[in-house]
Amino acid sequence: MLAYFLKRIVLAVPVLWGLTVIVFLIMAMIPGDPATAILGSYATPENVERLNRQLGLDRTLPEQYFIWLGNLLQGDFGRSYSLNRPVLNEVLERFNATLILAGASLLLCTVFGLLAGIVSAVRQFGWTDRIVTFFVLIGISMPSFWLGLLLILVFAVNLQWLPPSGMYAVYGGGDLADLLTHLLLPAVTLAVVATGVIARLTRASMLEVLRQDYIRTARAKGLSERRVIYRHAFKAALVGVIPVIGIQAGFVLGGAVYIETVFQWPGIGRMLVQAISTRDLLLVQGGVLVVAASYVLFNLLADMAQHALDPRLKS
Amino acid sequence: MTTATQTAAPDGRAKKGGRPGFFTLLVANRLAAFGLAVLVMLALTALLTPFLPLAPPDITNPANRLLRPLTDGHLLGTDELGRDLFSRLMWGTRVSIAVGLSATLVAAFVGSAIGLVAGYAGGRTDNVMMRGIDMLMAFPYILLALAIVAVLGPGLMNALYAIAVVNIPFFARNIRGVTLSLAHREFVDAARLSGKGHLRILLTEVLPNVLPVIVITMSTTVGWMILETAGLSFLGLGAQPPQADLGSMLGEGRKLLFTAPHVSIIPGLMIFALVMSINLVGDGIRDVLDPRLKSGALSRPAAATAVKRDNVPPMPVAPSEAALDVQDLRTEFRVGSDVYKAVSGVSFQLRERECLGLVGESGSGKSVTAMSLLGLVPTPPGRIAGGRVLYQNRDLLESSEADLRKMRGGAFAYIFQDPLSTLHPLFTVGDQVTEAIRAHQPLSYRDAWKRAVELLEMVRIPNAAERANAYPHELSGGMRQRIAIAMALANDAEILIADEPTTALDVTVQAQILKLMDALQDDKGAALLFITHDFGVVSEICDRVAVMYGGRIVETGPTDEVLNSPAHPYTRKLIDCVPVLGEPERRLDAISGLPPAVNRLPQGCAFADRCAYVEPACREGDVALEEQAQGRAVRCIKPLKAETPEAAQ
Repeated sequence: MLAYFLKRIVLAVPVLWGLTVIVFLIMAMIPGDPATAILGSYATPENVERLNRQLGLDRTLPEQYFIWLGNLLQGDFGRSYSLNRPVLNEVLERFNATLILAGASLLLCTVFGLLAGIVSAVRQFGWTDRIVTFFVLIGISMPSFWLGLLLILVFAVNLQWLPPSGMYAVYGGGDLADLLTHLLLPAVTLAVVATGVIARLTRASMLEVLRQDYIRTARAKGLSERRVIYRHAFKAALVGVIPVIGIQAGFVLGGAVYIETVFQWPGIGRMLVQAISTRDLLLVQGGVLVVAASYVLFNLLADMAQHALDPRLKS
Repeated sequence: MTTATQTAAPDGRAKKGGRPGFFTLLVANRLAAFGLAVLVMLALTALLTPFLPLAPPDITNPANRLLRPLTDGHLLGTDELGRDLFSRLMWGTRVSIAVGLSATLVAAFVGSAIGLVAGYAGGRTDNVMMRGIDMLMAFPYILLALAIVAVLGPGLMNALYAIAVVNIPFFARNIRGVTLSLAHREFVDAARLSGKGHLRILLTEVLPNVLPVIVITMSTTVGWMILETAGLSFLGLGAQPPQADLGSMLGEGRKLLFTAPHVSIIPGLMIFALVMSINLVGDGIRDVLDPRLKSGALSRPAAATAVKRDNVPPMPVAPSEAALDVQDLRTEFRVGSDVYKAVSGVSFQLRERECLGLVGESGSGKSVTAMSLLGLVPTPPGRIAGGRVLYQNRDLLESSEADLRKMRGGAFAYIFQDPLSTLHPLFTVGDQVTEAIRAHQPLSYRDAWKRAVELLEMVRIPNAAERANAYPHELSGGMRQRIAIAMALANDAEILIADEPTTALDVTVQAQILKLMDALQDDKGAALLFITHDFGVVSEICDRVAVMYGGRIVETGPTDEVLNSPAHPYTRKLIDCVPVLGEPERRLDAISGLPPAVNRLPQGCAFADRCAYVEPACREGDVALEEQAQGRAVRCIKPLKAETPEAAQ
């Protein structure tokens, strides 16, 4: 088991490396000449050339890449010109907030998605199943940024139960309870689509498993229906669902861009949107790299969980 | 994927015969039809928008700003610049649909091209291309789009490209998978041999077969793409003022959420309606094009078979001496309007300590009979439609689920065919035996585990204590079947029901397992109902035998007598199927024809169509199971005599 985990971790390295290549290539596609953009269109050719040399832009693309990668590995992600501080510091600070939001959402969508899927499969064609199926359909078709606005209107504006935005109250607050009240609406909003996807898949997976011969064996042993469903069927169904939970981590991390904008959550998604509008490309690049890397790690975790659960994968 | 093979297969006849067309099926799906109706309506209005008498969408009128919906002249009110929201909504929908569709087409075109080339070329080309695709998929979906927009700069076209690019991997992967399976099929090889160029083969031979997959992928991603382009616009990275799509309307309206919520809520509702209708249609299309997901195929079996008996024989007055007395058992499967009578009136008695063989071809109803005894036939579609199963003067068909559960694995124990699929793959075998023990005995897990190891030793598993920690896939077929037997013996069952326990095993292992079962049955004093299609196995282990055909018993008697002088022509045929070692000149007759379809059982003898001795009287009325001699009965109007020469045919 340990050897396998180590192997998986080693295998994640080329993926991470690939991420840096893609990000670098995308950034290299920027139309126009960065030096001219920085110096303005009245710059003298000499000045442009000097700046190009300073920026390393007179070298070949592979050379530029490896210099850039070397800097990354030393923690030098460049300097954000709009914030006038190192990119890495800003990104890590923001990423913290995103991780709280995405983690809470991932927890919500996993718990509720699995529950809804199981209940729906067990009560197949019954009313519970229809209601779950209906909400799943609505959930996966819902623009999350719109749902967020609706929830703000209902729970923050009309009922005034929860704060409409931010991560902590401006005055006072700052404790865990304050964080949770601010977290609830955005986390739920972000979880809705993923919950629907997981519920759908769990239902299908459970139905598939419940028709297997080993379920008949479990019944023939005289096990209670609860044990048949929650021990025998669920464990087998979970093996198929876990990779999808890993994929949902990607949707949650990506969807955070909308939700953080709607709820003004000080996370990396909102930072990215602001950075794009101010054309602070180094900041965009740093943010994208960090989030993508964390997605790779999420998938790695899902893979390990699946492996721990299914002994057949060992051989 | 099956879709491609289905289109490629020359089954035009079947299609014309029963299968309704694509569109009929799609509309028959109520939800999909609803989605289609909404979608068509939205698409039509979007198409017709320029011709509708709408207010100009971009003309500002500060005097009329932020009018509420249903104001005179402004059905949905106005926005912060006094522009008519209804008109803007129509124009915005038009833009959103156009952008979403274009992104889908671009993604489908590029992604399919990559998938086709990679799947067709295979080898290194495939490897390099797919690694690249994997890299793209390592990004969280929207993040990659953001990075692309960051580079290209905000704008509707750039958002379109970004969304298209991040969707390319889905198409590439799906299409590559199907292409790979087609690339070495006969018709492709034939085209290659006939000298067609690669491009032509791809376009004329492969592409048509891949098309359904492209359509499915498009229908399941177009909703997402509309949603995501709207999302980018919402963030201010897509459509730029004064141009507006639904997303940018929503994004601009967000600033007015507290004062004029309708400005943002209405365009959001439109996105929602659009995406939901597309998803409904997409699900419908997938269901129609992907036959694996046909309705009913995935029904969940209930804990016990439904019992709805039309005719119930009276309870016997005197208690039966048999360990198990099955009377006139009827089990059916209802699929649509068809009723498959898998078991139609089976009666037999299983005496104490005896081994009764239930013999027949696949589909003769022998397994269903065995499963019916304790309600293990899946419902839906199965149900027990008649008869009684008497055990200790109680009718098991009348017992509650809780009582059934006590019987299952308690007084009755099952041993199934193919223990790889009948043992749970994710629990150790020791755990599974332990669980069987604890289901009926109040033992701690630790004590039950010890007992489980003893059971494994009893079925002669070497290193039982160690093997108990193994998972089923780590054991050989014979070992697995021993585990299954140990599980059945866990609670000293009085009645063992073995459903083809040796069929999945090779011959030497088969002999060992039979010997083991024989010995253990003697040892435990249990009665054994042994289900098999193999008369060779019957002769090894069974005291008596009942032969089933078309859901009924056609002959029964002591094993020796039935083997030596079968009375039913079908029994004779079954016996002739068994090869005998040392008699190579013996003819191995396959039984010509097929068993009858149990949803259209013929009148009279079910075997008539395949019988060499058939005469008109055979097809006239129901043939009764008539007792010939003590303990022997046959369902034939002209039973074979003991001396019937083998040359009769």
